[in-house]
Amino acid sequence: MAEHQGSHTQPVGAGKWWDDRLPIARGVKQLILDYPTPKNLNYWWTFGSILGAMLIVQIATGLALSMHYVPNAGLAFDSVEMIRRDVNGGRLVQAVHSVGASMFFLALYIHLARGMYYGSFKAPREALWLLGCTIFVLAIGTAFFGYVLPWGQMSYWAATVITNIFAAIPVVGEPIMEWLRGGFAVDNPTLNRFFSFHYLLPFVIGGIVVLHIWALHVPGNNNPTGVEVRSSRDTISFSPYYLAKDLFAVVVFLIPVAWLAFFAPDILGHADNFIPADPLVTPPEIVPEWYFLPFYAILRAIDFPIWFIDSKLLGVIIFGASIVVLFFLPWLDRSRTRSGRYRPLFRVFFWIFVVDFLMLMYLGSRLPEGIYVTLAKLGVLYYFVYFLIILPLLSRYETPRPLPASISESVLPPARS
Amino acid sequence: MIHRKSIIAGLVSCAFIGLACAVPARAQVAEAGTPPVPQVQQQPWSFAGVFGRYDQNQLRRGFQVFQNVCANCHSARLLSFRNLEEPGGPAYSEAQVKQLASTFQIADPTATGGKRAGLPSDGWPSPFATDEDARAANGGVVPPDWSVLAKARGQERPFPQWVFDFFTTYQEGGPDYIFALLNGYQDPPAGFVLPQGKFYNAYFPGHAIAMPPPLSDGTVTYAVGPNGEKAPETVEQYARDVSAFMAWLSEPGLNGRKEAGFRVIAFLLLFAVLLYLVKRRIWENVEH
Repeated sequence: MAEHQGSHTQPVGAGKWWDDRLPIARGVKQLILDYPTPKNLNYWWTFGSILGAMLIVQIATGLALSMHYVPNAGLAFDSVEMIRRDVNGGRLVQAVHSVGASMFFLALYIHLARGMYYGSFKAPREALWLLGCTIFVLAIGTAFFGYVLPWGQMSYWAATVITNIFAAIPVVGEPIMEWLRGGFAVDNPTLNRFFSFHYLLPFVIGGIVVLHIWALHVPGNNNPTGVEVRSSRDTISFSPYYLAKDLFAVVVFLIPVAWLAFFAPDILGHADNFIPADPLVTPPEIVPEWYFLPFYAILRAIDFPIWFIDSKLLGVIIFGASIVVLFFLPWLDRSRTRSGRYRPLFRVFFWIFVVDFLMLMYLGSRLPEGIYVTLAKLGVLYYFVYFLIILPLLSRYETPRPLPASISESVLPPARS
Repeated sequence: MIHRKSIIAGLVSCAFIGLACAVPARAQVAEAGTPPVPQVQQQPWSFAGVFGRYDQNQLRRGFQVFQNVCANCHSARLLSFRNLEEPGGPAYSEAQVKQLASTFQIADPTATGGKRAGLPSDGWPSPFATDEDARAANGGVVPPDWSVLAKARGQERPFPQWVFDFFTTYQEGGPDYIFALLNGYQDPPAGFVLPQGKFYNAYFPGHAIAMPPPLSDGTVTYAVGPNGEKAPETVEQYARDVSAFMAWLSEPGLNGRKEAGFRVIAFLLLFAVLLYLVKRRIWENVEH
């Protein structure tokens, strides 16, 4: 495994002719198939490939759906139902697309948590992390635009609530909100532009995914020990080793996707979204999809003003900050030890953070009343204390456990004494 | 090490106990003077679960109830006559559907006189020409369209249940609610002020529903089955059958979808096992 070069069989005939002019096959071989990968990656590392596969599934099913969907306020709801009833295979394509969005976010959160736990964002991988956060933000936008398209009650009121957020900005807020909506209220122009952006953004994501993978291949993968690759003994080529492992993981991940798409396609949705959009009737409660609930809880938890900032604007600022803070992670967690495996205190705070995130997710689905308000405030407090206070302090004062000398040493069976 | 793990385990279990306690606490919250809405009972639907399929005879009975009672006020704009002959539904014969469609007069500006007899490709005619007409005839409320109504209703499931629902694939909240609603008409309890023109229903949010009790025993005469069996002509049976019909109306492809699901999941499981074996074989000689 020491020599990655030279194993390439030279193409002959037409293949050689083409390769001499545009060496795509050679490029794929050298940059992807022969890419030296640490040999100790665990299954948490397969979620990158899973996300890539899910992006392809979403784009492929979305392409088919867009051929039948009608982005018109009067026709959108029934056109989605027509896809489910009268288009050949439409019920399946629509189900996979809506279930796929949920499963994409599940994989995305696991991928993010893996990066946070194993310190994959630390030098020299900051660019990789920043691009990943950008993909996260774009995925949030894409999913939100997509949720509006069926034009049910939840779609309509989600669009209203979210565009309303911008109205909180002083002075220019109202004009921005009207500009985004294309009118004074959410209506046909809003639906049209949301459809347009829903179609555009996945391709932007695709482009940034290419940069994300590029930024991965420059420094190479992090790994569960967080110890840099020291020699070629620490690595194996991506193909066939990780190709086989990732393919296996992707197929395993597709099993719950298929389970939901075939047996419970609407279980993740909200019953109210089967009522056509009605600007005159506000639903009893407006809740986003499950994957936005933590951020929705953060938005709602701020019900008090600070100085001259009113509570609505403050909520929006804190809500925005909860995502922006992710971009600064490489400069907040400065511990020289990358992997949480060797950071006993960090691990405790990290898992509390995971529980905190899940708690916020739950609170986002509740009406903001009674104990839930207090819990949500505590949840938001810990969210920011974790990033802005705990991580910087831990990087200074925590004593990490000794690191293995190399990746190879870490995977050898314990020496007999 | 153990110490740290138990802290985490403790926190996680506290969170879960918290969730478990918090959910029922909210269910009990009700406005003063309004009796709480009871929990809707889960019904044994033939189409529940991964093996569930529609019962053709039940759908036909449900269609009878719809046609004779409910369709007088409720529209079903996504239902076409042809849907009634599709497999997995009531599956009437082509001749029966043609005959049924021809009994309706369909507005068609291209026909002489503006009307013609219905065809299987026609949509189910709405009982009212406009929403205004519907409102005027129904105390100011448009009776909701039936096309996806069974999916637009349901109720929130308390904590551990909604987790199990992912495994049992419980999707029948709508039919459960509709069945409960149709059986939920009662005399208002003492002290409850019922607005003019409304009816008291135990399961309707706020209890004051504009729809008068639509069913009564014996309103619809069921056809006798091939073996001489006949379903009871009671409100409960009507409600059950019409709820099943509404479930079909909102999800007509359920049978085919589930059958395809078994094939796909079986393939994925087999493929995953094979890929695992390939992966293990490839990694055989790597220390990792």
